[in-house]
Amino acid sequence: MPILELKNVSKIYGSLKALNDINLSVNAGDWLSIMGPSGSGKTTMINIIGCMDTPSTGNVILDGVDISKESQSNLTRIRRDKIGLIFQQFHLINYLTAVENVMLAQYYHSMPDEQEALEALEKVGLKERAYHLPSQLSGGEQQRVCIARALINSPQILLGDEPTGNLDEENEKVVVDIFRRLHSEGVTIIIVTHDPEVGDVAQRKIILEHGRVIQDIDQRATFGEALKLKGA
Amino acid sequence: MFSRMILKTLIKQKSKMLMIAFTIILGVSLSTAMLNVMLGVGDKVNRELKIYGANINVKHKDAAIISELYGLGVNDKFLYEDDILKLKTIFWGFNILDFAPILEGRVILSIPGTNNTGSEVFINGTWITKHAVLSTGEDLNTGLKNLRTWWDIQGEWLDGNDENDKNFVMAGKSLAEKFNIHVGDAIRLSKNGVIKNFVIKGIFNDGGNADEIILTDLTVAQELLNLSGKISSIEISALTTPDNDLARKAAQNPSSLSPDEYETWYCTAYVSAICHQIQEVIRDGVARAVRQVAESEGTILNKTTLLMILITILSSIGSALAISNLITASVIERSQELGLLKALGAFNYQIIFLVLSEIILTGLFGGVIGYFLGIGFAQIIGQTIFSAYIEISHIVILITGAILFLVIITGSIPAIRYLMALKPTEVLHGK
Ligand SMILES: Nc1ncnc2c1ncn2[C@@H]1O[C@H](COP(=O)(O)OP(=O)(O)OP(=O)(O)O)[C@@H](O)[C@H]1O
Ligand SMILES: [Mg+2]
Repeated sequence: MPILELKNVSKIYGSLKALNDINLSVNAGDWLSIMGPSGSGKTTMINIIGCMDTPSTGNVILDGVDISKESQSNLTRIRRDKIGLIFQQFHLINYLTAVENVMLAQYYHSMPDEQEALEALEKVGLKERAYHLPSQLSGGEQQRVCIARALINSPQILLGDEPTGNLDEENEKVVVDIFRRLHSEGVTIIIVTHDPEVGDVAQRKIILEHGRVIQDIDQRATFGEALKLKGA
Repeated sequence: MFSRMILKTLIKQKSKMLMIAFTIILGVSLSTAMLNVMLGVGDKVNRELKIYGANINVKHKDAAIISELYGLGVNDKFLYEDDILKLKTIFWGFNILDFAPILEGRVILSIPGTNNTGSEVFINGTWITKHAVLSTGEDLNTGLKNLRTWWDIQGEWLDGNDENDKNFVMAGKSLAEKFNIHVGDAIRLSKNGVIKNFVIKGIFNDGGNADEIILTDLTVAQELLNLSGKISSIEISALTTPDNDLARKAAQNPSSLSPDEYETWYCTAYVSAICHQIQEVIRDGVARAVRQVAESEGTILNKTTLLMILITILSSIGSALAISNLITASVIERSQELGLLKALGAFNYQIIFLVLSEIILTGLFGGVIGYFLGIGFAQIIGQTIFSAYIEISHIVILITGAILFLVIITGSIPAIRYLMALKPTEVLHGK
């Protein structure tokens, strides 16, 4: 059963169709890459899936619920409960420590629990750096904090808009490796990327152009091959 | 977690928060000072204005008209000296600040050792200074001296409490010039065979026609005129509430009021209510407000109050505007962070609550400092302008608190609107 379905989704800005009649179905546990040139509508699509924006026309069904007509506060609630977000710019709060940044997501979801937050940081290999401020962490480490924060409330879908865009190759591999582990644990992953290698690790890749899906590639045959960590 | 975030934001934004606090300190101190002065100043201003004279005059009901028609005259209708102290027993007795009886009469003045052997002059007998203990045990010190603070005195005032001073009198400046008498001179006053010798203790300059009289102690005048226990009029200085429609209606005719209106009127310190109560205790007396003085007091009081309220309102609006700019700037500066909170699942109200908490905390901080500063300002104003200690009203805390709250909330409206409209997508994908 698909966890996410887009039916004839369009997003129109004036005369510009940022998304043009998109039809897409993603199964629970899938790992999907979204690629395409700049301005092709990738971020727009992620925003709609992530309940931060609504389509101009069409329906988005997330976990059985049509979210295309929901009110803002309902969208906030659905996002809080079902979606984990990671950003190219990390967006950590710079005066809170790593563990506090993770706890922030707990706070707005339910209750801050430091122990749980520390465990989440341990999963991304940052237990030792839990009490550092973002400014004391490398870019890769910051993105791992961001992933820990996205995962802390056990979302069904992990959404990333260029999560590796600001990382060097080594850190990119570390992050991809975390995705791999999450995938094996059953998390649905949808990642926008410009990096073909990152795009290639997914099970499936779609390519957008002018707001349309121009290619939908099944990569299960090669899945898991690219970007292996040294010694893995 | 929440409090930690607030604390850290406050520290991180300390320059902006300090600006907000500073604005609030200014606004609150100004409001506190103005409100305290306004509430405390009514009596003060009235006391200041009291120097312009008594605001109520009581005469015999039959004498009142004649006397008013003919100016300073002498008539044969009298009030009773016994009634005077009853003034302090009326409902608004506490508002009666000073009073003095006056017995008017004509006597023959002659100056021994000169060729002036007899001219008719006016004398006024009065309580120059009077000490009495009321039935309530309250000490009373009053007299004409308190009602004529503007008099320019050559020599000295009589002392009404000094038996020895019964041999002295005071003379008005015009009269003294007319008869060429000076401080220390001996004079003789007589009437219907009663002859008494006096020494001039002081010469007063009133500026009005009171200058043409001899001023004596009340008992002295009573003996001379053979009118023991009698007085012609009473001058009263009272604190009053500015008249309103009810007071004016009552002044026409108190019996036209409904029982409720009567109650309200009687229990408010309107000039007419005080006059009414005076007539209840002074037999045959008719109390009249000396209109101009009574009304100018009220008007000045009203104008002062209006001015203070205006300053308070303007300073509040100013603070609200300044704060509004600062808060909006601070929120815009943090829009990424606040957008992130939204993306993480924070509802609008939670973010608004977060921002408001910071500002209210800052506001409380500034408010407390401002309040105490304002009390200081109020005292400075009280000392320099009204030369008096301003009583601190605790209600001012409530009023200023309410104003502060309003100012903060109004000041936050633009920021709140911005926050409501803020879309996480607009700030989080910033390239
Ligand atoms: N709020 C908006 N108002 C008007 N046009 C918009 C808005 N947001 C996006 N667009 C337009 O929609 C199109 C798709 O934008 P989108 O951000 O989805 O592209 P993208 O694929 O993410 O590009 P990039 O790879 O550069 O991030 C672009 O032409 C963009 O200018
Ligand atoms: Mg984009």
